Amino acid sequence: MIPAAFEYSRAHSVTEAVAQLREAGPEAKVIAGGQSLLPMMRMRLARPAHLVDVNAVRELDYVRVEDGHLRVGAMTRHVTLARSEVVQRHLPLLAEMASEVGDAQIRSRGTLGGVMAHADAAGDYPTLATMLDAMIVTDRRRIAAGDFFQHLFTTPLDLDELVCEVVFPVAAGPRRYLKFRRRLFDWAIVGAGVQRTEAGWRVGLTHVGPTPVRARGVEAALASGATPVEAAAHASDGLEPTSDVRATADFRLHLARVLTRRALEQAA
Amino acid sequence: MAVSQLIGARVQRREDPRLITGRGHFIEDHVLPGLAHMAVVRSPHPHARIVGIDKAAAQSLPGVLAVLTAQDFKAQISGGMPVTPAFAPEKKYVPERFPIAESEVCFQGEPVAVVVATSRALAADAADLVQVEYEPLPAVVDPEAAMVAGSFKAHSDGPDNIGWDMTFAGGDIDAAFAKAEIRVSERILQQRLAPTAIEPRGVMADYSPYDERLTLWLSSQNPHFIRLFVSGAMGLPESHVRVVSPDVGGGFGSKISPYPEDYLVPAASRILSRPVRWIETRTESVMTTIHGRGQVFTAEAAALRDGTLLGLRLTQVLDLGAYHGTFGAFQACACLMSGGVYRWEAISARTVGVLTNKVPTDPYRGAGRPEGTHLCERMVDRVAQELGMDPADLRRKNFAQEFPYVNNFGLTYDSGNYDGTLDRALELVDYPGWRQRQAKAREEGRLIGVGLSTWVEICGFGPSQPTAAATGGIGLVEAAEIRFLPSGSVAAYVGTHAHGQGHDTTFSQIVADTLGVPLAAIEVHHGDTAEGPAFGYGTYGSRSLAVGGMALHQAATVVREKARQLAAHLLEASPDDLDFAQGTFSVRGNPAAHKTVQEVALAAYGGSLPEGMEHGLEAVSYFDPPNFVWPFGAHICVVEVDRDTGAVAIQKYVAVDDCGNVINPMIVEGQLHGGIAQGISQALYEEVVYDQESGQLVTGTMVDYLIPTMNELPVPTLDRTVTPSPTNALGVKGIGEAGTIASSAAVINAICDALSPLGIHHVDMPATPERIWRMIQEAAR
Ligand SMILES: Cc1cc2nc3c(=O)[nH]c(=O)nc-3n(C[C@H](O)[C@H](O)[C@H](O)COP(=O)(O)OP(=O)(O)OC[C@H]3O[C@@H](n4cnc5c(N)ncnc54)[C@H](O)[C@@H]3O)c2cc1C
Repeated sequence: MIPAAFEYSRAHSVTEAVAQLREAGPEAKVIAGGQSLLPMMRMRLARPAHLVDVNAVRELDYVRVEDGHLRVGAMTRHVTLARSEVVQRHLPLLAEMASEVGDAQIRSRGTLGGVMAHADAAGDYPTLATMLDAMIVTDRRRIAAGDFFQHLFTTPLDLDELVCEVVFPVAAGPRRYLKFRRRLFDWAIVGAGVQRTEAGWRVGLTHVGPTPVRARGVEAALASGATPVEAAAHASDGLEPTSDVRATADFRLHLARVLTRRALEQAA
Repeated sequence: MAVSQLIGARVQRREDPRLITGRGHFIEDHVLPGLAHMAVVRSPHPHARIVGIDKAAAQSLPGVLAVLTAQDFKAQISGGMPVTPAFAPEKKYVPERFPIAESEVCFQGEPVAVVVATSRALAADAADLVQVEYEPLPAVVDPEAAMVAGSFKAHSDGPDNIGWDMTFAGGDIDAAFAKAEIRVSERILQQRLAPTAIEPRGVMADYSPYDERLTLWLSSQNPHFIRLFVSGAMGLPESHVRVVSPDVGGGFGSKISPYPEDYLVPAASRILSRPVRWIETRTESVMTTIHGRGQVFTAEAAALRDGTLLGLRLTQVLDLGAYHGTFGAFQACACLMSGGVYRWEAISARTVGVLTNKVPTDPYRGAGRPEGTHLCERMVDRVAQELGMDPADLRRKNFAQEFPYVNNFGLTYDSGNYDGTLDRALELVDYPGWRQRQAKAREEGRLIGVGLSTWVEICGFGPSQPTAAATGGIGLVEAAEIRFLPSGSVAAYVGTHAHGQGHDTTFSQIVADTLGVPLAAIEVHHGDTAEGPAFGYGTYGSRSLAVGGMALHQAATVVREKARQLAAHLLEASPDDLDFAQGTFSVRGNPAAHKTVQEVALAAYGGSLPEGMEHGLEAVSYFDPPNFVWPFGAHICVVEVDRDTGAVAIQKYVAVDDCGNVINPMIVEGQLHGGIAQGISQALYEEVVYDQESGQLVTGTMVDYLIPTMNELPVPTLDRTVTPSPTNALGVKGIGEAGTIASSAAVINAICDALSPLGIHHVDMPATPERIWRMIQEAAR
């Protein structure tokens, strides 16, 4: 529970952060809220030689609406997303997700950019980003969410690349995100999100595989007039979840269907 | 001025302002000049031969003071770690346990080397650099498989894996079963639990080579026993070792027995001639602090059609882990308590302790009694279900009624009123109302269940005679000392140890009432072997009030009676003519002639004592209880099971308990809240999981080992009845473990009741959503 030794530097801007990462070499890592990285370091599962602290990069802490899109800076904390009136008005599902990440301490530290870059299969925002075709903006390029989450903990980010922003389409229609978990502050064992957009229902699933999943089978069924019960039966189509101490693959498939049905039934 | 009656009052916990504002002193808060830090290199394998240990890389790290292995410690520590007879005096295979492995590691996390360095971080880095070469051996994981002759052995040089195998016979079991009109049988699991105190273990040792004295700061529930064990192993006179166990952040039984580090840290201090400290990490805690439970029961009950219980036959297979826990065989008391609050013609209980390649099991809150209660309450519900009888009616029909009641194994329940607690609980929960709601819910396809658990507990250990046999020599009595200081304040010393129980408050209330001094003038001391009576017996088994509180009450009474003698002398009256009230002795019929205890205390240090009276106003007293105490009660849980996901939601939880006279109702309620939380947690959440093939610990972090929070737990509705214990002058019984003992059965009985329309009779713990979902799937097939 004691991290291995590491160097530390603090960046005040995106340029500075990237320069520090480049200088410190391939063993360097960004530290944002530290809510995923520090536990891994304490268990010595991660041993970065150098941490570049981006908590003082103020330019990445913002929420704004432009041209029908919600643009969120990577350093925006969960608590900010949960409380932001702009988010509540233009993409309330994001605010609702944010209000249920971990516990209050985790929400006051953890960041949107950290969740995206970490790419944990149980992360909630990646599901929203995937189902709504959000765009991840870095210091050097734009990557569609569908291309960003390549595998468990794996993204196309270069070692010295910084996530700067996530651009979501606005959507304020009926929606619901349900997490199945044992304790209030736990990660989702399985999560299901539904959002009604101008182009119809979007449906996404969390923790049913290494990456977030857009449940196109459910979306298609709904588009052709299926009821929530009928459509939700497709939630597990094509999934290959893994088994772990929290749930077996079978149970995850079952939960994907149950939660999708309930999310559709409860969407408001 | 002293309130006339503090006993029974809701006095706020005196210790809390200090503890909740961060002014406690836990092991890590203690520092000494020149302190060095120890880290332990542990086996990653559940079972392996040690081929070689290469210290070189670790030793060469600047700041590393020593890398030590079994060879180094052999010169410091003699003999193995202790194993007490407890409830299984006739042991079979008892593997020798040295605090650090020499040639074979037998559980994941067993120490193989230690590193001492100038900082904790450096010690952790260096521990990573110690290269240990292992030759893995097959791991014994499943205790039932390990019982079979010819199975892999947990110790390669052991004869087999059987630690004990004995049967407690309580009556003619064959005769009882011969009369049976119905029989039910069940297999009931008690999963391994990790005690998970909020403060992990920690040891700091300072060995002084010049006078050969050792001071040991330890997060322990049991400082005097640790002094006894460690001084013996290190070849030091017991008097030369001082164990200080300051504030302790929870124990739940996991800090009763000695641990390897309790020997390794002082030995390292003696080798290096400087103070050394080791603080357990959370990962080490889950992996290497003892586990609780870890048992498999098979049971069969016989009854008549009218609901009369006849016989209970059971086998307890107890997963000992790689070594016998020091008090591990205590858990066999599940057998002795398996009959619960009921009259049975006969009970036959076999217990088998089995060695496996896992961390040892040892007493954990309730220790044997939750297991016995869970088994009994499940079997009684199974009988009721089989007969189509209301579980409340079946219980009433079979309750022990007359007290003292001697159970099948000759244990004498001191006092009880089992109908009283059950009736009150049924009323509080609105039993008929829930049965109606349940019927309506069933029509709608919803699954609501009501679960009862009527329990009794053996606790308050002593008495000295049976407990001396159980510990291997030391009878569990308790000692206390009261000292009046000249200005009238009081120092009280107890041999029990508080780590969350609120003794500072409860004990002060007893002293205040007995001596008539205000609470603020009383200081309660515990947890330092340099203070107070020669021996203290520690806190576990819900013994502190019923035994330690009594010792304190006796000591205070002796002091008060001496004060009365002195007051009589000062007032020139006969002691028999003095009234004592509100801290003042006054001459009966002449209240103007009086002396306060403060005045008397000063006089005890003065120049005009009566002839033959010694100076001072202090006394030591030992209390040896004539029997155990037997608290009891009735818990009722109402659940709804989500048919789709298997998730259980507790709708209501009612507990009506009886622990005799109550000194502080708020503390009693607090103990019940925590205890009930732990039982619910076993029923629904916690489980230490080892991979069945590899023997690797799977639930090694708090992400996977699920401890529920206040969000997940109900606020129980509590009430009580008061049936004083006839075995002590205070009329008190224990309450520290009661909640845990009763609650898992109430929750599981409720779940089984909810699932009964589907033909499901039994659900094991933890009743996770997936486990229940699978059972529902299978039942539908
Ligand atoms: C008990 C617990 C429960 C949790 N529950 C949930 C939950 O239910 N849902 C959920 O979504 N999350 C949950 N989390 C995780 C939480 O949301 C974390 O905040 C998040 O995963 C990581 O964000 P962070 O800012 O803390 O990142 P850090 O821990 O600082 O970093 C995580 C990783 O991302 C990299 N990184 C961070 N920021 C950037 C950036 N701008 N550019 C490039 N790389 C970057 C780091 O180098 C590191 O590899 C939980 C965490 C805990 C401890």
